[in-house]
Amino acid sequence: MFSNLPIPFLVLSFITILGALYVVTSKNPIYSVLALILTFFSISAHYVLLNAQFLAIVNLIVYAGAIMVLFLFVLMLLNLNKEAEPIKSNLWGIAAAVSAGLLLLVLTASFQIAGENVAKNPVEGLGLVKSLGQVLFTRFLVPFELSGILFLAAMVGAVLLGKRDHSSSKNEIIS
Amino acid sequence: MFQSIDISHYIYLSTVIFSIGLFGVLFRRNAIILLMCIELMLNAVNLLFTALSTYMGDADGQIFVFFIMVVAAAEAAVGLAILVMVYRNTRKTDVSFLDKLKG
Repeated sequence: MFSNLPIPFLVLSFITILGALYVVTSKNPIYSVLALILTFFSISAHYVLLNAQFLAIVNLIVYAGAIMVLFLFVLMLLNLNKEAEPIKSNLWGIAAAVSAGLLLLVLTASFQIAGENVAKNPVEGLGLVKSLGQVLFTRFLVPFELSGILFLAAMVGAVLLGKRDHSSSKNEIIS
Repeated sequence: MFQSIDISHYIYLSTVIFSIGLFGVLFRRNAIILLMCIELMLNAVNLLFTALSTYMGDADGQIFVFFIMVVAAAEAAVGLAILVMVYRNTRKTDVSFLDKLKG
């Protein structure tokens, strides 16, 4: 089944799945973040294999460059010690594995016929900046502008949430 | 050059990544790891969108991936701000301690 696949696809898929598993199972959150960055890099390489060059670069800049650096900053800001490690129980893990496996089974079964009506080979020249920009700035112009407003609202909300509130610092939640 | 990859392999790969992300959301209690698992699930969906868009020759799927990235960036920023505020108040990032609404 897997022997007729190209070597780059196999290696990239292996790295992606191993990185994703390490994100979930690692005890140290810093290693988790680094494994997630590795996973994002391999997904970007998948985009290059799929002739989606613009998305590969944007994925690297936005995810590996911006979001994961934000995660690393917050991790180092919080300075988690050993007492903050979550308490795990075996039963919880078994239940999570069973439900995730059932979802995998259902999705695989329902996607069996999904790839029948598409072409056998990737279409070339679709993922370049020129062709994507023509679609983005003609048919999707209004959603593009709305996403700018969404970014502004998210930025204002994040600053407002992250700011230390001096007036109500006396009635902190004690737990 | 790489023409023998069938679309079904991309479908299976993104399904496996999505399931790993869901397992992480259910299993882990650390709120930062939960946010990272959500990013993992969003990336699985992005990979599936891109694969189907490229194989069908329609650029709309890749535009959708672009908008999903916008939403993911906004979600990470707001989620981490909420997380920092929760940590400042409770000194924990464990989500199982956040059960004050349970009554």
